Amino acid sequence: MKKTFKLVDLDCANCAAKMEDAIKKIDGVKNATVSFISQKMTIEADDERFDEIVRLAVKACKKVEPDCEVIVK
Amino acid sequence: MTKKQKKNLVRIIAAAVLFTGGFFVPAAEEKFSVLWFVRLAVFLAAYLTAGWDVLWKAIRNISHGHVFDENFLMSAASVGAMIIGEYSEGTAVMIFYQVGELFQSIAVGKSRKSISDMIDLSPDYANVERDGEVIEVEPDEVGIGEIIVVKPGEKVPLDGVVVFGSTGLNTAALTGESALRDVAAGDEVLSGSLNTNGLIKIKVTSEFCNSTAAKILELVENSAENKAKTENFITRFARVYTPVVVIGAVSLGCVPPIFDGNWSDWVYRALTFLVVSCPCALVISVPLSFFGGIGGASHKGIMVKGANYLEELARAKIFVFDKTGTLTKGSFGVAEINPVGLSEEELLTLCASAEKVSNHPIAKSIVSAAEKRSLKAKTDSAEEIAGYGVKAVVCGKEISVGNARFMEKLGIKPEETPVAGTVVHCAVDGGYAGNIVVRDEPKENAVSALKRLSELGADRKIMLTGDRKNAAEAVAKAVGIDEVVCELLPDGKVEAVEKIYAEKPAKTALCFVGDGMNDAPSLARADVGIAMGALGSDAAIEAADIVLMNDNIENIPLAVKIARKTHRIVTENIVFALAVKAAVLILTVFGIGNMWAAVFADVGVSVIAIINAMRAMRTGNLQKSL
Repeated sequence: MKKTFKLVDLDCANCAAKMEDAIKKIDGVKNATVSFISQKMTIEADDERFDEIVRLAVKACKKVEPDCEVIVK
Repeated sequence: MTKKQKKNLVRIIAAAVLFTGGFFVPAAEEKFSVLWFVRLAVFLAAYLTAGWDVLWKAIRNISHGHVFDENFLMSAASVGAMIIGEYSEGTAVMIFYQVGELFQSIAVGKSRKSISDMIDLSPDYANVERDGEVIEVEPDEVGIGEIIVVKPGEKVPLDGVVVFGSTGLNTAALTGESALRDVAAGDEVLSGSLNTNGLIKIKVTSEFCNSTAAKILELVENSAENKAKTENFITRFARVYTPVVVIGAVSLGCVPPIFDGNWSDWVYRALTFLVVSCPCALVISVPLSFFGGIGGASHKGIMVKGANYLEELARAKIFVFDKTGTLTKGSFGVAEINPVGLSEEELLTLCASAEKVSNHPIAKSIVSAAEKRSLKAKTDSAEEIAGYGVKAVVCGKEISVGNARFMEKLGIKPEETPVAGTVVHCAVDGGYAGNIVVRDEPKENAVSALKRLSELGADRKIMLTGDRKNAAEAVAKAVGIDEVVCELLPDGKVEAVEKIYAEKPAKTALCFVGDGMNDAPSLARADVGIAMGALGSDAAIEAADIVLMNDNIENIPLAVKIARKTHRIVTENIVFALAVKAAVLILTVFGIGNMWAAVFADVGVSVIAIINAMRAMRTGNLQKSL
């Protein structure tokens, strides 16, 4: 499954790159991009564990940039 | 400015006022005197006003294990400066850092907004007719088959068919062409076009998520996913750059003073290193330039699916074209009329009168050519003979129109005409009366488009077609193509592309241009697949890397130009940022550079790079110079 999330207050481009790295390292993630320009995060991961992976990804983002909010619908 | 930006601006002004005030306090002659404390307190107040959040983030991020983040680097540099007694410089570093950050955030926000305005296709609402009333709803609440009303000045919210009214539609947002398209009842309309002058009612044919506007928007927005190689390289570079500069700073602060004992001087230089160590200018400006280029291209009706394709297109040297619909109009037209024993007009009239019964595209082209010249004749009877042609009685004469086989079957020897195109022979009352040559005409601007591509350094321009050799070569000659691969079976195109691919010189790219209908494998195989005239064709949008929404072949050299310009801007930014940073680092080692220069090398360079990146968006002058 592939899903895109909006990011609010992602203030630094370097952080975006770091977030991307961190999410890619999560087990079960096939591909991930964090775009500073479009303020969006796309995660492609296994279907069964998708929700869990998204939770981990949000946690990883928070660790890099605590002010950045991921909008999980 | 957003709320957050305004708040930061107020903070920066307050800090700047305090900072200026600090200079009015005379420097104390002796340490720890009252005056000395007052001066320290004023600068410290300015410092904390400007940078408390940076300090806080630095502490918080260290606890998360992020040592080399920019907050930490800035905090370390400025706190260090305060400790060695450089109060004014420590404070200034923080204030300028914040000014730069604010400027950066405004510039990025602005560019983001202007790019999204450029591709502003998404309608805000739809006027739907329900139970005899017109109500305003979100576009995604409208179902298939419902009737929507679009007033002048409104955007068409969903794809559909006009059921009432007529108007001119501005499709500039979709195709980049500002000429109005006239529509009336029965015509298809696409979401994202702008209604200019008349009220129309539309029967919706697809849900919002499947509409043209939504698809194009998705395409451009998702383009950020396909990162350019340069961007990935810069990200990797940044990961190495920061630690290396920090290690450099530490060794600069610790090693030389062991020998000369001048601790404060070397520590100052080390702190200056820390200020320069942030890779932000590079990390921001590269994707921003590509995004700007993609936004500018979309404004011209050129949809690029990712920065990587823009990058590939910039180094494309081989252009492979599909013939029909790409270089040619994709519809037949009468090219030559060769009568035998009667006038041109008589022959055309007779043929057209006979061919009226046929639905074959060639027959239709002859009929329309006759209509264009207002030639008419009475058809008494006509009968189509599949695979051969048409037998008819026109004005009492027995007419046979068809291919050479048909003539032979009738016992008539057709005249051999070695021309390109399809030859339609005609016999009148059993005698040969001449022939009409029908051809798929090249597009008018194909010649100039190909010439421009050559000027842009396209080494090879190759045409692929299923046509016979003479027909193919005639088209190639007419438009200025150097190489032709002809008589290809439908699945032979990919093999041909494959073969050309094998001959491709290193570090160049192969670009395939097709109309997208049956070229999907070739579009996918090429480094860059360009689909033309793809508006409304899902298959083409799916298969291609770059989608030309309109049929204008001149958009190909324009796309190459946009790609080259974007690539140049990216290179400029990388070289400029690295050069300034390297210069400041070197000057600092020799004690010439100071913290002010370092702040410029950090935020100043970022801001300049962002402003330069914004240029990628502007494509107007590129078209003019075409």
